This record gives sequence, structure tokens and C-alpha cells, in this order.
Amino acid sequence: MNNSLKQYIELHDEQLAAIERLAPAPLNELRKKARQALDGAVLPRKGSDDYEATDLNTVLAPDYGVNVNHVDLSRESTTKFRCEVPNLSTCLYYVFNDTFRPSETAGKSGDNASVESFQATKHPEVLAKHYGTVANLDNSCTALNTMLAQDGVLIYIPKGSHTTRPIQIINVFDANAQLMAVRRVLIVLEDDAQAKILVCDHTKGDKQYLSLETVEIIVGRNAKLDYYHMEESGMETSRLSQLWVRQHEGSNVLIDGITLTNGYTRNDYHIDVDGEHCDTQLLGMAIASGEQHIDNHTLINHNAPRCQSNEMFKYVLNDDSVGAFAGKILVKPNCPKIDAYQGNRNIVASPTARMYTKPQLEIYTDDVKCSHGSTVGQLDQEALFYMQTRGISLPVAQKLLMQAFMSDVIDGVRLDTLRDRLRHLVEMRLSGDTLICESCELKK
Amino acid sequence: MLVIKDLHATIEGKEILKGVNLTVKPGEVHAIMGPNGSGKSTLSAVLTGNPAYTVTGGEVEFYGKNLLELSPEDRAHEGIFLSFQYPVEIPGVLMSNFMRTAINEKRKYYGEEPMSATDFLKLMREKRAVVDLDNKLASRAVNEGFSGGEKKRNEIFQMAMLEPRLSILDETDSGLDIDALRTVANGVNRLKSKDNATIVITHYQRLLDYIKPDQVHVLYKGRIVMTGGPELALELEEKGYDWIKEQVDNNQL
Repeated sequence: MNNSLKQYIELHDEQLAAIERLAPAPLNELRKKARQALDGAVLPRKGSDDYEATDLNTVLAPDYGVNVNHVDLSRESTTKFRCEVPNLSTCLYYVFNDTFRPSETAGKSGDNASVESFQATKHPEVLAKHYGTVANLDNSCTALNTMLAQDGVLIYIPKGSHTTRPIQIINVFDANAQLMAVRRVLIVLEDDAQAKILVCDHTKGDKQYLSLETVEIIVGRNAKLDYYHMEESGMETSRLSQLWVRQHEGSNVLIDGITLTNGYTRNDYHIDVDGEHCDTQLLGMAIASGEQHIDNHTLINHNAPRCQSNEMFKYVLNDDSVGAFAGKILVKPNCPKIDAYQGNRNIVASPTARMYTKPQLEIYTDDVKCSHGSTVGQLDQEALFYMQTRGISLPVAQKLLMQAFMSDVIDGVRLDTLRDRLRHLVEMRLSGDTLICESCELKK
Repeated sequence: MLVIKDLHATIEGKEILKGVNLTVKPGEVHAIMGPNGSGKSTLSAVLTGNPAYTVTGGEVEFYGKNLLELSPEDRAHEGIFLSFQYPVEIPGVLMSNFMRTAINEKRKYYGEEPMSATDFLKLMREKRAVVDLDNKLASRAVNEGFSGGEKKRNEIFQMAMLEPRLSILDETDSGLDIDALRTVANGVNRLKSKDNATIVITHYQRLLDYIKPDQVHVLYKGRIVMTGGPELALELEEKGYDWIKEQVDNNQL
């Protein structure tokens, strides 16, 4: 049953020379540890703790190609692909499959922020210092990513720098054959730095793709980061992502994970709050229909006193879709004055859709304020009838209620234009319109 | 406009309406009174198509159409409006969006183009004045955080926006103080014309001081057992329902 993992270990062992040839030294050093971690490792079985709804073995089973020699597989060029939020001027970068490409607007922000590939970065010391320091190789997907990673995106905001424009990274799948892209991101905000980052996932065509993504984020003292991830991929796209965050004293972090269309997705969010007086917002939204599968798994470790965190994930599930949420807030010993909330609210709009939810609090300190709430329900029948008596047809009334249900997560977006855009996208998504985020559309 | 013949309806298997007959003509105001549990609210729910109720017999014609075959939204488009006894709060749905959707759905039903934003805002401004609602209305969520009086005024505001041919006011007076009652009643009276009709469901005569009925009906045990002019309401106010109940229970009505 663990053959799924085995094929990638074999690939690594056979192709090691080729893998190492292109990769920077820090990646190759950590690769050895990742390989060790996977030696004799067993993928968690579906139904086991933390994997109640998601079967990693099935996701990793297909014999995906891995582009070890980093041939540019994409037929798309950056000039043909536009993704922009109207009125939101971003510094735009692409990752086509596994290959990083800046756009024309890249680097024009006029500030000190740098967004570069690992292989070509002018800040190798930043990569060497931070790579692999947040991600934990006990997570088998992170270990797999680390074992195979050859390149990645380094976003580096030096001490005291503020990005004037949001940084946008668009991940695109576009290949002739089924493919696994090993995507790696390292985001370093030094003390007092500020940045807003938007990452979008897209898929072109109907080939089977797997995005194996590990993101590491280090947020320095009094630094402030907004990180939005929006998945608008296809039915045949799987995504296994782990986001690792370390917050230092006085930092302020917003992480927002949005899944609008996808195939099979498992997102792990792992936030270590290491310094006092930090603020952490962890928001998420999922709209699923057909056979979409969306599993968000979160852990916030409060390792320091006097911090606050707020977490809210909302799901609307239609048809035969499956949603899963597991969230844990852990308050370590000697961490008083923590104020933490976790919420997970779900609407299951079809009798064949399924939602799994597991809220958890683990508290080892007195004098903290922690709470959670979890609900699974249907749309309010009285509200639907009320709207119908005003002439609003049932499908439209349902759409309005679902949109309203999502409104607080949408309002949590701290970028005005992205918030408006998201509201529009959610409305389109709920109307059942084919979701071509018209400005994100691949120009054919 | 409205002809109800021998209407029977149940909820969860229990028969509530046991043969209601009622005819309403344009320009008329009908009051339906009756003791608790007599079926007044059930009648309004059945006329508007509430899925919780099942019609087990009889027919309802509205301008020649079989009303019972229509969906709740199509009944609204045909001109039926219900002012709810307990208006529903819908967090996250703004009044402006709610009303614009309702108006445009009706226009779509009649093959018309959606209303322009400017025209819509103008209409909203004009109609909220009917019931003294302020300009914050548009940006508030439907009924959320509204006081009891505001909720009822909001019902009449929606009625003004949608211009129904038949309005059913289900205990619109309940929970209102005298001033709010007057505002609501004035609103209803301003919307009255020779082409539309109103059914007022109420426990008390006091609303009928403001909204003058042409006919007063007494609903008891699922049937209309007595019909009279405005003086019947006054008589009920004075004597209560016991004398009617007695006659019905002794098979004299």
C-alpha cells in the first residue's frame, strides 16, 4: 500500500545526480535529511488521525512525471497569460509548472523587495540561512517535497522595507503529459518589513496534475504579512500543500486560503507563534461542487504569551463534494494571556455532500481565553421562503444566502480591490457560471 | 381577483383549514379575525405557497389563474404579497441587493430589462419615505438588528416597492406601539388604490380604526363562520369570540 511513496524514492535514488546538478547547495544538503526521513516511512492511512478524509496514497499513486532536468514544458509565455485583479496593480511573477518566470511588471515596485528563483537569487545567504528552518520533515509530504525540490521562489523583504505594490505569483499547470510539479516557496520578512502577497493556482487543459507545494514563511519582529492563496484549478488537479509560518515578536500575519475550483486538495497550515504580542489571522473559504475534495488542516502553536489569534474557515458543499477541516490551537506551558478563537462553519447543500470537521484546543497554561465553534447545517428554509415571497426564485435565493454566508471571510481580505474581486468571483462561482476569472483567463 | 373555494390544508398531517370560502374584488379591504389557532396565519401561508403546508382540497383562483399551481416566487410576480407576522432576518444580505434582485426577477418574469441602478435608487428613496425609513436602510442586512417597529415598516416598504395587486397583512399590528401602528397604517392607506386589494389579518379592532375594512370575516376552526361589515369588528372587540364559538360548537352557524 505504500508503493505510492516508493516510486518517488526510487526516482530520487536513480536520478540523484541530475537532481543535484541544478539545485543550489542548501537544497541538496537538506535533501539528504529528507531522504533519511522517508526511509521506511509509511504514508498515513486514510481514516487515521489527521487524515480522516484524505487518502495520500491515492493522490500520490499515479505515475506522474517529474521534470528533473527542468525542461521548459509550457507552451504559454508570460505575455499571453494575464491575471490581474482590476485596479490592483501587482508585481507579477509566474511559475509555469515548476519553472519561475518574472513578467514585465516584475521588479518595478521601486522598493527593496526581491522575488527571485532559488537558482538565480542574488541573496544566496538568505536562502542558506532560512531554507528548511520552518518546515518539518516529519510531515511526509514536506519530506517528499524537500527530497525532490530543485528550485523555488524566494521572496525577500529586507529589514524595514515595505512593498508598495502587492506581489502576485501565478502558478500555472500547462503540459502535454501528466505531471507533478515540486513547488517550493521561501518568504522572509526581516524585522519591521511589510508585504502583501497573492498566489493564484491555475490549470490549463485536462491532464492530470499534482502540485506538491511547501511554503516556508518567516516573519521578523514587528513585521506584517498578508498572504492570500486562491486556487482555481481543474477537476484533474491535485494539490498537497504545507504552509509553515514562524512569527517573531510583535508580528502581524494574515493567511487566507481560498478554494474556488479544484480536484483533490489537502492544505496544511502550521503556524508557530514564537514571540509575544503577535496577531495571527487564519482565514479560509471553500466552495465545492461535483466531486471536489477540499481538506484544510490547521495548527496554531502559541509558544509565547500575550498573543491573539483568530481562525475562521467556511465551506459550502454541493453535489457529491467532500469537505474536511481539522484545526488545533495549542497553547504551550507558561503562555498566559493568549486570546484565541477558532471557527468552522459549513453549509452542506446536497444530501450526498460530506463534511468532516474536527476542532481541537489543547491548553497547558492558566489565564488564557480560547474558544471554538463548529457548525454543519443547511440553508435557512425560512429565509429562502421569505425571499421567494418577494419574487426571488429559489436558485437565486440560495445563491444570495451562500454569498451572505461567505461575506465575513470575504470581508477579512485586507486588500480592497482583491476583496471586491473575490466577492465577484464567489458570486460567479455560486451562480454555477464556468469560472473563468475573466482577467485570469488563459488567452488562447 | 381572488376566489377561494372550499380550501382545505394540513400541516404535518393535521388539518387546519377545513373549507374556507372567500372572494376578494379589486379595491376592497377584507379583515380576517378570529381566536388563536383558528387558521388565520395558515391561510396566508397557503396563499403564498409556504412548502410547510399541504393543500388537501379546494381551489384558489387569482385573476383566473390557478394560484395553487404556481411557485411562491411566481405568485409574487402575479401580484401576491405577504407582510409577515415575524419578518425573517437574513444576515449578510443587504436590503439594496435583496430588493434589486426581487424587482429584477419580477421584470424578468414580464420580459423586461433589469432596472438601472439610478432608477432603482430613486425608487428606493421614494418608497422608504412612505414608511419613514432612513437612508441607512439600503446598506443594512435584511431585518437584521431591526427593532420590532422597523421590521413591520420594512415589510410595508417592500410592499411599496413591489406594488402587489393583493396584499396580505398578517398581524402587522402585533408588537407595534401607537405611533408605529399609525405610520404602518398610513403607509398601507397611501398604497391603496381601486385596482389593488388588501386582506388584513388581525386579533384586534384597533388596526381597523386606521385601515377601514369593507368586510370583516371571523375564522374559527378552519372555516369562515361569520361575515359582516366594520361593525362586526366593534362587536367582537366588545363581546369577544365566545358567543360565536358557542354557536359554531352547537352547530348553529
